[in-house]
Amino acid sequence: MTVPHELPHELPHDLPDGPPSETLDARGLRCPLPVIRLAARAAELPPGALVTVLSTDPAACHDVPAWTRLRGHDFVGQERHEDAWALTVRLRAR
Amino acid sequence: MSYRCEPPALSSHDTIGPAAHGAAWQLDRRLRVTYATHPLAGGTGPSAAPRVHLDNAGRAPWHPLARQAFLQALDEGWADPRRLHSEGRRAATLLDGAREAIAHAVGARTSEVHFTPTHTAALHTGLQAVAAGRHRAGADVVVGAIERAAVLHAAHAAATALGGRRSVIPADRLGRVDADAMTDAIAAPGVAVAALQHANGEVGTLQPVGRVHAAAREAGVPLVVDAGASLGHTEVGEAWDVLAADPADWGAPAGVGVLAVRGRVRAVPPGPQDGEPWAPGGVSVPAAFAAAVGLQAVLADRAAQDARRRELVDRIRAAVTSVPDVEVVGDPHDRLPHVVTFSFLYVDGEALLAELDRAGFAVGSGSACTSDTLEPSHVLAAMGVLTHGNVRVALDRTTTEADVDRFLGALPGAVARVRDLLGAGAL
Repeated sequence: MTVPHELPHELPHDLPDGPPSETLDARGLRCPLPVIRLAARAAELPPGALVTVLSTDPAACHDVPAWTRLRGHDFVGQERHEDAWALTVRLRAR
Repeated sequence: MSYRCEPPALSSHDTIGPAAHGAAWQLDRRLRVTYATHPLAGGTGPSAAPRVHLDNAGRAPWHPLARQAFLQALDEGWADPRRLHSEGRRAATLLDGAREAIAHAVGARTSEVHFTPTHTAALHTGLQAVAAGRHRAGADVVVGAIERAAVLHAAHAAATALGGRRSVIPADRLGRVDADAMTDAIAAPGVAVAALQHANGEVGTLQPVGRVHAAAREAGVPLVVDAGASLGHTEVGEAWDVLAADPADWGAPAGVGVLAVRGRVRAVPPGPQDGEPWAPGGVSVPAAFAAAVGLQAVLADRAAQDARRRELVDRIRAAVTSVPDVEVVGDPHDRLPHVVTFSFLYVDGEALLAELDRAGFAVGSGSACTSDTLEPSHVLAAMGVLTHGNVRVALDRTTTEADVDRFLGALPGAVARVRDLLGAGAL
């Protein structure tokens, strides 16, 4: 069962049987920098990895899902934190 | 010749009186400077290369006949049209003629056409007036998600005033409002008024006004149609109960708006009582007259301009897609003839606008970084498309093939430079 505060970016990294997951802190950055940081990191991660972007820029809530669509990744979901949005994507299998 | 137009240095002798006199003197100088440097007046601006203005939506260069009409009305229609003397009657004649011409153009009776202070004011008062007139029938207001901010805000104000709620109907990836969802929402009990734009001015997509209007009529709910991006460019039709339009968008003056309210619709304009409730105190007769003459002029060759500009838009669509990581947004076919919108991944919209501006090109943008609030365009957001790196091109009737080709030649380099600045060139 999932408790409400257990957010994707708080999952332990590199679960033994699961894909790697990590959190990218893009708070304070304005569009299009959160998406640029995400794309740069995505290029280094293996297929299937989960990446959560933390962003304070309202445009990221639209642009991260749009980026995943244009790049063929999956948008897992978004959560509103106290000071930022947490946007999680799963990188496509290559 | 040129001279600088700087405010005179203040001295200890300056008082409020002389300062006011100085300001008038300064404006006079400014006026002459403007004429001397205005590109359309044949002068030379700061840059030798001619500007290519591709942001002709909501504000377009004046059609020559609109300009001529305006100047003529300055001479003949300067007086207050409410006065009973000859000068006043002459102004009233121009104003009445303007209303009649616009009524004829939109398929309305002259008594149904009103001038408002601006297009935004037409949307605000139109929606609120119809909602107020329907307060016994309902309190809710139904609008599309891609309406102009003026409509969304007026809908909120109207619903709040009646104690109802604003219901916002989603749009699809092409920017078209969900006609089924809108029809269902309008048919629900307690709806005072609904609003659906004729076409979206930001991405060009035509809306299902025919279907939604038929459903609204069946439900007895008046439909407000914002034709601000359409009238003068494409056939608007008569599927509306209230129609708002924007003279500045069709090459006529800003500072006047058009609102047509069908006689069958009960409308109670908001605000304190005034003899002219749709534009308290009256509108500028030269502006209204130029708006009407301009509309007649653009409708006279609309079909030819439609074909010509559609061809240029197709050319832009095709060329833009050769730039890496671009998304052209809006319906590719069922659309306005002169608007084309695209978003570049990893591009700062403000930086791209500045880069293009330096190179001599003016374009529009719905990117967050180009807005005062840092909020991205609600239209792009509702469509689920990229909101950054956004460019809107709106072609004027005077835009040439050579203008478009020059722009297309400069665009890829500008995009690449802006991407490199953010270290996104290789992504």
